[in-house]
Amino acid sequence: MTTRLIGEPVERREDERLLTGRARFIDDVHLSDMLHAAVLRSPHAKARFTRIDARAALALPGVQAVITHEDLGAANMPMPLLNEDPGFIHPRTHRALAPGQVRFVGEAVALVVADSRYLAEDALDLIEVDYAPGAAAVDLVAAAAPGGPLVHDDTDSNVACRTADNTGDIESAFAAADFVLREELRPERGAAQPMETRGVVARYDASLDTITIWDTTQAPVSARGVIADKLGLSEAAVTVIAPDVGGGFGVKIFLVYPEELLIPFAARLLDRPVKWIEDRREHFIGSNHERLMVHRIEVAATRDGRILGIKDRFLYDSGAYCPYGPINAQCAQAILPGPYKIPAVHTEYEAVYTNTPVVSPYRGAGQPHGNFVTEAAMNHVARALGLDAAEIRRRNLVRPEDCPWDSGRIFQGNTPFIHRDSDYPLQLAKAVDALDYAGVKRGQPAEREQGIFRGAGIAFFVEGTGISPYEGVEVRVEPTGHVHVATGFPSQGQGHHTTLTQIVAETLAVAPEQVVVESGRSDRFAWGVGTFASRAAVVGGSAALGAAKAVRAKALDLASEELEVAPEDLVLADGAVHVKGAPQMAVTLAALAYAANPINTLQAGAEPGLRAADYYRSPDGAIASGVHGAVVVVDIATGMVEIETYVVVHDCGVMINPTIVEGQILGGTAQGIGGAFYEKLRFDEDGQPLVTTFMDYLIPTAMEIPPIEIHHMESRCSLNPLGVKGVGEGGAIPAAAAFAGAVEDALEPFGATVRAVPLDPPAILAMIEGRAES
Amino acid sequence: MKPPPFAYECPTEVADAVALLAAHGADARPLAGGQSLVPLLNFRLARPAVLVDLNRITALGQIAVENGALRIGAMARQAAVEADPDVGRGWPLLTEAIGHIAHPQIRNRGTIGGSLAHNDPAAELPAVMLALDTEMTARGSKGTRTIQAQDFCAGTMETALAPDELLTEIRIPALPEGTGWGFREAARRQGDFALIAVAVLLRPSGAGGIDARVVVTGTGEGPVRMRGAEVVLTERGTEGDACEVAGNAAAEASEPADDPHAPAWYRQRLVAALTQRACRDAAMRLGR
Repeated sequence: MTTRLIGEPVERREDERLLTGRARFIDDVHLSDMLHAAVLRSPHAKARFTRIDARAALALPGVQAVITHEDLGAANMPMPLLNEDPGFIHPRTHRALAPGQVRFVGEAVALVVADSRYLAEDALDLIEVDYAPGAAAVDLVAAAAPGGPLVHDDTDSNVACRTADNTGDIESAFAAADFVLREELRPERGAAQPMETRGVVARYDASLDTITIWDTTQAPVSARGVIADKLGLSEAAVTVIAPDVGGGFGVKIFLVYPEELLIPFAARLLDRPVKWIEDRREHFIGSNHERLMVHRIEVAATRDGRILGIKDRFLYDSGAYCPYGPINAQCAQAILPGPYKIPAVHTEYEAVYTNTPVVSPYRGAGQPHGNFVTEAAMNHVARALGLDAAEIRRRNLVRPEDCPWDSGRIFQGNTPFIHRDSDYPLQLAKAVDALDYAGVKRGQPAEREQGIFRGAGIAFFVEGTGISPYEGVEVRVEPTGHVHVATGFPSQGQGHHTTLTQIVAETLAVAPEQVVVESGRSDRFAWGVGTFASRAAVVGGSAALGAAKAVRAKALDLASEELEVAPEDLVLADGAVHVKGAPQMAVTLAALAYAANPINTLQAGAEPGLRAADYYRSPDGAIASGVHGAVVVVDIATGMVEIETYVVVHDCGVMINPTIVEGQILGGTAQGIGGAFYEKLRFDEDGQPLVTTFMDYLIPTAMEIPPIEIHHMESRCSLNPLGVKGVGEGGAIPAAAAFAGAVEDALEPFGATVRAVPLDPPAILAMIEGRAES
Repeated sequence: MKPPPFAYECPTEVADAVALLAAHGADARPLAGGQSLVPLLNFRLARPAVLVDLNRITALGQIAVENGALRIGAMARQAAVEADPDVGRGWPLLTEAIGHIAHPQIRNRGTIGGSLAHNDPAAELPAVMLALDTEMTARGSKGTRTIQAQDFCAGTMETALAPDELLTEIRIPALPEGTGWGFREAARRQGDFALIAVAVLLRPSGAGGIDARVVVTGTGEGPVRMRGAEVVLTERGTEGDACEVAGNAAAEASEPADDPHAPAWYRQRLVAALTQRACRDAAMRLGR
């Protein structure tokens, strides 16, 4: 009997280790003779310097080295530019250490290596740098305008990239409109805050001239390539291991952060292991940020609520460098039409340098921004036309009978955004029903008489997932009977080892306990890229399925010889291959693995081993989708909001493991609620960060997140063999729009209009009192 | 986020702790529950040369009712006071307010005396102590003295304690039978420092009259008695729109400043709304 595992809520294989303290996170890597590093970071948003005086620091007992840009030599060349954009004007990437000029508070200036982190921090206080501060470009809108301070003095403008994209006939759409909505919408700046900060440990082997690096990266294979190149080493001499990693959310994929280069550099220089663990303050200023965009939109609609066209001109805050390319802007513009049939869409963006930390994707990568714009616009057009917010959505949705429906938009990875395999109207109907949307609306007049302001909001999301590049998986049956699964994409808590086990164990009909998964070690498997964009299940899962199927075919061939029975008369079950209807005529996979390694009789051209690797790329990606609904009550005396009900209807295709799917949705939604009502980074006009602790960056806790009711719809994706669509980011994408819509609905008597998220109680009270928004 | 070097002392007697403080003066800092001081050390915002750890002075941990008054040792954990049934019966305002201090894990370590001596301008305990007419006992190298709550808080993170003085105990007088109380707090998240918190006590004062105490914290320099609001309640009672008028009086008297968490005007709105609600809560409990 083949046991069905794909689709079952099997327990996560990772949890026993994680919950009993046996996981090995980066700070659990202890090596003998290990030194500890701390990074000297710029206190200025913009400054030049000529001299770093580290004499006092080096005189402190226990300080082993102070490394500056001059020490790095060729290793300090600019980092690679990812994601080319046709609109690039002047791409600028960062270096490991700032060579004489700093461009944001937190930029790495020097590395101290000492006997302890305590001593290293003492030494930081003793380093003198002759900074000459200059005027900083901080505000996104001001930085985009000509004439202000420049982030990069060798350019004539802070606009790094200017790109436009057209779908349909936008001018005709606006000419035919009965109504045009014009407004400015702002998703504000935030940042991913994984529970575990970043960290790097490196060990140099002088005998072999090799380096082993433990790194919290989401892309160990790619990081290896960059680090080897910068250090002038062969890739074979560099091993990057992503150990257990406590949350990624995008911020841990970057090629590469300064410390990922500096720590191996220091380990080689000093010939001793070196550890660097980012502290939370460093994470706020030295790791990448996300979110801030300013969208100026025009929406053309007919009287009955059909959206004819959207124009969106937006600014994207790139931070001080643009090494990731304007990827968030690309995703935002691709996602803009959402699940709606909008005949004409015109988007143009400017990616703008500011003297703030670099911006790179955070769970959703620009999709939360684009989603907020479209869903907020839907609400505002509905109100202007006197329509219900659910009804206007219903009138514009792509319907199953329209599919495949080409939105005309191009997503990340050069992926066409084509709707298929989803039933958006049914999703809406389920959400409206689960939320008791009609009941909330019916109750409002009487409640408002009593001073109770309750409202309901809904927001769709469509999420581009499963994009290029490829990932690979190798499956190998050992003579011990264990099945070894190796892949390059690492886990940051998603449960990949469980889902990969489910796929491989079911395909090979072995017990899950027999499967051993290794991921995120470049010495085990070094092809593919990493974990991002809700693509591990789609791309990596499909590769695992392909590899397992290839192994199964090999096993059947080998067993056919062994048992002298045609392969089509054989089946796999319980770790063995047996003759159909005659389970006693069997040979175990372990025996076949042994037979597959004929050490004395290998034929020319044959490959030993019961193993196969498969590589998978999905040219059309996949699209996950769903609806979030929220019912909130606003306290109109304080502006405080209580979320009473939160509903998620979603379709991520086949669910390999429903428990893991639910975990992704709950976590993503919590982060989305953070972006809706709590989490905001601020800077003063000189570019000094005002939010560098968890006292000021308000991550919602278990107390703030309401119970979330999840409704699964499971329409198989036709684009990949597993039928999956990806689920990593969908939870985070529409929460802000759903929340904002609910607040607007609750405050409808006051004419409240939400144009920026996160909201906060003062902003809500300002809407109630009709104050200019603060 | 590692502290600079410091020396560490862990006396077991109050006298030894006081002697250490006297010996090191302003270079020494007492360490109570550490829930504020340890982060300040790690951020290198506090750089004491000597830490005097009070956690082994068992004499400072008692909670007792004596002659109707509540005596709490400075090192009593907030969680222990919160869970104490005598406190809950006699001083429910204190129990309620402690529930707003951070999270249970923090209250398990955080102490009554530590919070008061740290005197964060948005902390709950200094406000409640002012409302409850608490007496603070301080012991220094020159002996022991008593400080009234109204004299204890001396501005943002400043108290009347001298560098060589240790807060050893607080004494809260009994509340008259039928005292009404209310405590309202607005914070962005459960457990955050208050944006605004309001404590209201309504003591029956014979002939159906009441003696009102209204304390607001979170407006800037710490807890403030809102005497205008108190006059409204004392003169008009709690009927009709008296609570609303009292709330508006408190808001008018408050002088918050803009800060990254909220603009001044918003905090004034909170003072009005929360004072009104705390007054109503107190009125409902009055005479029971």
